[in-house]
Amino acid sequence: MFDSPTKLLLGLLTGILFGFLLQKGRAAKFHVIVGQFLLKDWTVVKIMATAVAVGTIGVYALVSFGFATLHIKPALLGGVLLGGILFGVGLAIFGYCPGTSVAASGEGRRDAMVGVVGMLVGAGVYVALYPSLQPVIKSLADWGKITLPEATSVSPWLWVFGLVAVVAIGLTALERFFRRAGEGI
Amino acid sequence: MNILRQKSWSPYLVGALIGVLSWFSFATADKPLGITTAFEYTAALAQKAAVPQLAESNSYYGEPEKTPKIDWEWMLVIGVFIGAFASSKLSGDRASQSVPPLWAWRYGDGAAKRFVAAFFGGALMMFGARLAQGCTSGHGISGALQFAVSSWIFVALLFASGTAAAFLIYGKEGANRV
Repeated sequence: MFDSPTKLLLGLLTGILFGFLLQKGRAAKFHVIVGQFLLKDWTVVKIMATAVAVGTIGVYALVSFGFATLHIKPALLGGVLLGGILFGVGLAIFGYCPGTSVAASGEGRRDAMVGVVGMLVGAGVYVALYPSLQPVIKSLADWGKITLPEATSVSPWLWVFGLVAVVAIGLTALERFFRRAGEGI
Repeated sequence: MNILRQKSWSPYLVGALIGVLSWFSFATADKPLGITTAFEYTAALAQKAAVPQLAESNSYYGEPEKTPKIDWEWMLVIGVFIGAFASSKLSGDRASQSVPPLWAWRYGDGAAKRFVAAFFGGALMMFGARLAQGCTSGHGISGALQFAVSSWIFVALLFASGTAAAFLIYGKEGANRV
């Protein structure tokens, strides 16, 4: 029923730091999230891309030294495809994603709090329908818990440094594009 | 000025620190950052407590990888609320609004309408997250940085469907109001 107290405390500490950062990054705001999907405010992409590029270096280092293990979700295509599409639509209607809706509730936003209750209900529907959802989730291929380095049979470090380079170039180009667009006005 | 009291930080600094936080969570708990499993477990525990006979006939509770409990990730979600509360209190960047301005421009400033949309939007989003076993954190950050194939497919789809839905809801005129 419960994890060990140390693990619970570690989770709480990690969460406090995560929530603090999401709020400081303005990711707990409706207009920032919806602005991303309307392709006007690129804050969400900047945060996510930087987090992934920085995160991948340390996590793969920890894994290669044996201090951590990878936790890969299976590529069960039926579940991932349908889930990804429904997730995007729900997110656009709600205006917050799961983590940022909890952060937005902490910031005081009432609509986010109502949505968090909706999220609990959505999770409940999933649990209640779990047996009948299995044929849908498993309706397409199951590629298993596979990573891109495994799928391409190359060293993960090639992917790590490739991704860091792509993110660095992509974000620099994004900044240049918007600086130029700003000068044009 | 105290940096903790600033209303916002550079998205690159925030992103880099979230990246470092993912090292911390892997190193200390061997866990990726994620949010929605805790919601699933809470709902599963509540259903079992409320309607035990229904839970008995549900194969969910027999799955070896489904072990609903109050765990590290559950506390992480509580922490996110506390952390965002502390950050917004320190900077005074509080918002008690019920209806965001962009929504009000499109659908009026009635709170009831906004709450209904937030409720069903949140429910749909969570349902999708559990079908795919992850969200913007679990797939979008943690899964993507591990190069999980499932996560990269999920992220591409959520941005595609989210963008299409946002333009259907607010249109080009809405985009110009951001």
